[in-house]
Amino acid sequence: MAVGQARGQGRGLRIYAVLYLAFLYAPIVLLPVFAFNDSTIIAFPLSGFTTQWFVELADVPALHSAVLTSLKIAVVTALISTLLGICAARAATRYRFPAKGGIMGVIMLPLVLPEIIVAVSLLVVFLQIGLELSSLTVILGHVLICTPFCIAILNGSFQSLDVSLEEAAVDLGESGWGAFRLVILPLVMPGIIASLLIAFTISMDEFIIAFFLSGSDPTLPVYLWGQLRFPQRLPVVMALGTILVVASVLIIILAEWFRRRGVAKRGGSDSGGFL
Amino acid sequence: MSALIALNGAQKYFGAYHALRDIDLEIGQGEFFSLLGPSGCGKTTLLRAIAGFEALDAGSIHIDGHDMAGVPANRRPTNMVFQSYAIFPHLSVAENVAFGLRKRGLDAKTQAERVGGALEMVGLGGYGARAAHALSGGQRQRVALARALVLEPKVLLLDEPLSALDRKMREQMQGELRRLQRHVGITFILVTHDQEEALIMSDRIAVMFEGGIAQIDSPEGLYRRPASREVGAFIGQMNFLAGQVRSGTDGFVAQIHGLGHVPLAAEQSAEPLAAGAAAFGMRPESLSLLFDGQAQAASEATGRIADRAYYGDMTYYEVALDGVAEPVTISMKNMVGQPVLSVGDAARVAWDPRALIVFPGPGTA
Amino acid sequence: MKDFARGLVLVSPTALYALALLVAPMAAIVLFSFWTQDYLTLDTTLTLDNYREAVTDPIYGQLMVRSLYISGLVTAVTVVLAFPIAYYISFHVAPGRKALWIFLVTIPFWTSYLIRVFLWKVILGFNGVLNTSLMGLGVIDAPLTFILYNLNAVVITLAHAFAPFAILPIFVVLERIDRSLLEASQDLGETALTTFWRVTLPLAMPGVIAAVLIVFIPTVGDYITPRLVGGPGGLMIANMIQTQFLRLNNAPMGATLAVLAMVCVTIIALIFLWLNRRFLRGPD
Repeated sequence: MAVGQARGQGRGLRIYAVLYLAFLYAPIVLLPVFAFNDSTIIAFPLSGFTTQWFVELADVPALHSAVLTSLKIAVVTALISTLLGICAARAATRYRFPAKGGIMGVIMLPLVLPEIIVAVSLLVVFLQIGLELSSLTVILGHVLICTPFCIAILNGSFQSLDVSLEEAAVDLGESGWGAFRLVILPLVMPGIIASLLIAFTISMDEFIIAFFLSGSDPTLPVYLWGQLRFPQRLPVVMALGTILVVASVLIIILAEWFRRRGVAKRGGSDSGGFL
Repeated sequence: MSALIALNGAQKYFGAYHALRDIDLEIGQGEFFSLLGPSGCGKTTLLRAIAGFEALDAGSIHIDGHDMAGVPANRRPTNMVFQSYAIFPHLSVAENVAFGLRKRGLDAKTQAERVGGALEMVGLGGYGARAAHALSGGQRQRVALARALVLEPKVLLLDEPLSALDRKMREQMQGELRRLQRHVGITFILVTHDQEEALIMSDRIAVMFEGGIAQIDSPEGLYRRPASREVGAFIGQMNFLAGQVRSGTDGFVAQIHGLGHVPLAAEQSAEPLAAGAAAFGMRPESLSLLFDGQAQAASEATGRIADRAYYGDMTYYEVALDGVAEPVTISMKNMVGQPVLSVGDAARVAWDPRALIVFPGPGTA
Repeated sequence: MKDFARGLVLVSPTALYALALLVAPMAAIVLFSFWTQDYLTLDTTLTLDNYREAVTDPIYGQLMVRSLYISGLVTAVTVVLAFPIAYYISFHVAPGRKALWIFLVTIPFWTSYLIRVFLWKVILGFNGVLNTSLMGLGVIDAPLTFILYNLNAVVITLAHAFAPFAILPIFVVLERIDRSLLEASQDLGETALTTFWRVTLPLAMPGVIAAVLIVFIPTVGDYITPRLVGGPGGLMIANMIQTQFLRLNNAPMGATLAVLAMVCVTIIALIFLWLNRRFLRGPD
């Protein structure tokens, strides 16, 4: 009776789950459909296959410079926020220190803070201290919002490390740095790579902070935002979006692969995803 | 026996918590020494202080005549087998064992030989290429042993190395560890909360309570001559009977409630005998039940079976002696043709006065 | 003591970064909200004028109330839709495949938010995918107009965007529920349904509360969605903050609105946490 009930319940839930996934993926699936559609109007029925919109992407200099700006910002952001993430995650998992909860709370705050608040507060300060808006100011903002994500990933890596592994290395004659380099680093490396990839992705896709802080060099999302006003540009935007989404998904799959490899390397069992 | 390890007045605080209280201890070359006590007694802290993972707040540790103050763990002649084994999961078995040899400047061939030899010694010959995380609990422990012993330390420190193993495996490893220690001749210091394990394996045992050492002795010494009621109760089982020590004409006499009085010998007390209230300790096997038809014993009492636990080879009886408030525990070997008494049965109890141990002070336990 | 010092030293780069670029700027915003803008000059005398204006001018009040209302609605819809998914993954998916499901649910989140919102605009629009499809299939004769440039569109889009934020905390809590509790409940005579009601749901509440806060707080300040799909009736407080800062060049007023938004969100979050604590403690 109970088993039958549970099975029926499971089937109902499964149908719901599939519908929900369809809802989640609908926009992303439609993106390439229209990116390859031979029509400037984004509507069904489809009129024919074309790669014209992708070709057009090749000769828009403003787009190229936006891509370069975004790449530059994303790479620097990924490096800095992962570095800051390593410090904080290591401190939080290995040591006890005064006001730990409060300090970590403030560091993780951007995770729930509306981005517009982060954006305007940084804007106010930068303008007041006379810091000119540029890629640097975007990086400063992006590091702030990426670091909590890096910490969330790296926490998992550092947490599953047995403290005695490090002590064992020291006991066997290694210095503190040797223990870190030979034992800790190899074990958390997959987490570090995952963290780099995630921070890179967030920075590449982030719009609001870049919108407020980017000055004269727009990032890719800011450039995209500008293009949305021109209906005739929509298919090109779709093509660009397709490339971005595919790139994001690939990077995320790569990050997840690294994270899981880290788990497997330690012989542990997997306990969830990024958040 | 010259002391390989000497601790003098060792003190350690964790905040307000007094983890080590004035520890004086000497451990000889080639000894198998155990630190035994309940969890939180400071035994692991003491081990970690010797290893160099905890700095003392006062007192000193000397190893082989050298003061260890300020010497970090990586430069001490000690190696440790961790409770969790701490096998590096990203390295193979051989790489784990070779970890500490990296800085010894050995050529590849010598290193491989020593790693192979160490693995052979712990019964893992041929396992070198295995991934560390694919090993069983017992195998991980052997790798941890090989990894520490390959460095030929003066002292091997073992932090509850058997607690993660199941019972069968634990008993097997107890024997193997003991044989290994005799084979290599290195001083072993074992931390354990399992008194049976300590008794089986050790040359000497330090019993620790609340940061201090209560008694250091051989296993037999601890069992037969516990220095305090706490030690007596912690090592094996012990009944405590209330009574008085009185001075008689031929020396001291024990007057025990419900059992009458018997003469005492000096070696029955850790401290010099003196008149006054006392608790008299008695192991369950020092008391026995007399069955119908058995001759009267020199010292005999009567009572009633209050409870019993049947263990197959043994039966443990709780017997309420006439005129004694607390029931006493009596262990009996189950012999063929000998009955197992039931709860409520009348019991004749024989006891050996020479097995009494005197603990001065009032009360029972 | 040594550990304390090491931990502090290690966390300090990150903490100082957050202090300099999060705490200090937030403090600056609060300070700014007490200043006033007189065309191009900033009057730095402390005054409550902005707050007075924000409270008396109905536009701001309306926007704030609408933002909170939309966020509340989005939160309710998102969490209610997310719970069965989290429950399904935790209770009906084989242990080895749970990570895959969670990964599937989170992938869309990692793609550009801007593009996803824009796609909803494409889907829901007057000549959008949904309308053209439905008309093509003959389901409707005229395009549906209630699905774009209004509140509905904002709710749909945000519920989509914040789905993983709701699913993950609930999933984590459900995973921690000792399955023998459920068996114990049935053993004590409860049906599967009443077990869910009396055991599973109460134990899942911390996750639901976390999901509510994680969705509610950022959505109040969302800018892109109301701007792209909200139309005039779907604009929210973040749009006004942006307008004050970048269009009207009235940073102090923008700061005031930002502070008020944060205060409202904080109060609501605290009330929620307080209710949760009471709930967990059970009836007095």
